Amino acid sequence: MGTTARRAQPVSWIVLGLLALYALGPLLVFAFNSLKSAREIDSNPLGLPQSWSWGNFAVAWEQAHMGGALLNSLVIAVATAAGVALIATMAAYAMTRLDLPGGGAWILWLLVSSSLPIQLFLVPLVSWWSTLGLYNQPIGLIIIYWAVYSPFATLLVRAFLIGMPKEYEEAARLDGAGELGVFARIVLPMIRPAVLTAALVSGLQAYNEFMLAVTFIQDRDFQPVALSLYSFQQGFTTDWSLVSAAGLLMALPVVVLFLTMQRTFIDGYVSRGIAV
Amino acid sequence: MTTETATTGASLAAAPVRREPRPALRGRPLGARRQRRLLAWLFVAPLLVVNLLVITGPGLASVFYSFTDWDGLSTPRFVGLANYAEMLRSGAVGSALLHNVLWTLFFLVVPMGMGLVGAFLLSRLRRFQAVFRVLYFIPYVLATVVSATVWRQILDPDGGIGAALATLGLPFLEDVNFLGNPSLALGSVAFVNTWQWWGFLLVIFLASMQSVDPALYEAVRLDGAGPVREFWHITLPMIRPTLVFLGLMTIIWSFLVFDYVYVLTQGGPAGSTDVLSTVLYREAFQNQRHGYASAVAMLLSAISAATVLGYLALRRRLRWDI
Repeated sequence: MGTTARRAQPVSWIVLGLLALYALGPLLVFAFNSLKSAREIDSNPLGLPQSWSWGNFAVAWEQAHMGGALLNSLVIAVATAAGVALIATMAAYAMTRLDLPGGGAWILWLLVSSSLPIQLFLVPLVSWWSTLGLYNQPIGLIIIYWAVYSPFATLLVRAFLIGMPKEYEEAARLDGAGELGVFARIVLPMIRPAVLTAALVSGLQAYNEFMLAVTFIQDRDFQPVALSLYSFQQGFTTDWSLVSAAGLLMALPVVVLFLTMQRTFIDGYVSRGIAV
Repeated sequence: MTTETATTGASLAAAPVRREPRPALRGRPLGARRQRRLLAWLFVAPLLVVNLLVITGPGLASVFYSFTDWDGLSTPRFVGLANYAEMLRSGAVGSALLHNVLWTLFFLVVPMGMGLVGAFLLSRLRRFQAVFRVLYFIPYVLATVVSATVWRQILDPDGGIGAALATLGLPFLEDVNFLGNPSLALGSVAFVNTWQWWGFLLVIFLASMQSVDPALYEAVRLDGAGPVREFWHITLPMIRPTLVFLGLMTIIWSFLVFDYVYVLTQGGPAGSTDVLSTVLYREAFQNQRHGYASAVAMLLSAISAATVLGYLALRRRLRWDI
């Protein structure tokens, strides 16, 4: 960008390097510990493993019920992402392109909904969900995630739609396309980046989420991986090598997904951090 | 924020026409308009239904329950302001509130400071900017439970950082029980949360700094300004909207913090890490006092609302335009 020489300051490199060490150092310790034997962790808590116990992963997989839990989380994350994307896209389309009465009131409602504390509605929601038979059901948790993550996603897609010219849709309408046809064939392909971002961010949030999951899921068979990792490390003889292995199994899919799609992720979070 | 309303339909004439409009559509009969409006409601219906069912409905119910004595199962009994009176007298709520205030101050200073300085240094790099950005962001995509797993072993008094330093001949942290010592626990939990959180702030600050006009820097550089003055006189004023917005969010989130405290210490030892959310959770789901917990929820919501309103008032007063 700049044309004047920016002095290559060793101090900035040192500070940035230290910050990188701070971000990644603990993760390295974590990865090393997942490969140590329980006995080695005691004598060598933070260093490289002397012998690599890959078997830890198999044991942790078994003991922490990782297989079922990861599958549950995958279902929850995908259903959340797809549902939020659909709900938000439809609502944003209605707000920007169809004659939805109400105008600005919708935006205010979305802003308020997306900034209300979960704690405000958590307590009555538990008894509502028991009454409706949604408590301790994965679908019950998924519906909650839809509601919690869709206001922000709607604002995101809406902002994108507002910036998009309407001429293509008008032209398609003049060609005789129906409203649904315009939505599916003209609008959806054009707003795909915003929808993808909204889906990714809400899917990741659902995968990582803890408070709602621990409140609404009791049954071990329905537990997402965040809960099984939590109960595994609360166990009273904590074997850190196995807990690390289980934690790494939970973290790896997210880190890999993030690294492959980091631009979409970061853009999504940046738009979250800057007022929509 | 903009608040446009939907204004399609009326502006058909302005659209570029690739083919002659069909006569039947040009007039857009009343039936078509009504159909469009019906479609609009159908499209917004899923959002409306899940929102009313999960957020708006139970949120309003919470207001009502806060005036009742209720165990979550039987019929709620109206008790007027008794829950609020009890809350004001409660030592547990008072100390939780204090912890939330301390937490807020910590998060306004430490992660914000790290994010700002890191983003400033990074914005001046010509190469490897994207690499550093990704590295710093990795902790943010991890779940609370995962970063708690990472840090519980590093902070472990027997096998963590204290023990590791001791084997290197630096025993000053030996046997320090970061999460088990009441005077260290809150700071330790905040430290763990900072590790996961600051990279998010950095990425946002960086995006904001990248939109600052480079010519402004050139100007002060001609005056002989060093990096520190550039930071104070150009960067900080130029990214003020982002700074204020993230400061506001930091305050709100700090009063709502739950996950890290619950996963790492459950509010202990001896209530030393209790925050309003953990008090609420315990009252509702361990003591079955849903009415009282709803009153605590009202306090939390009031704090969030007051923060937002205070911000809006400040913004109007100072004539900010974000």
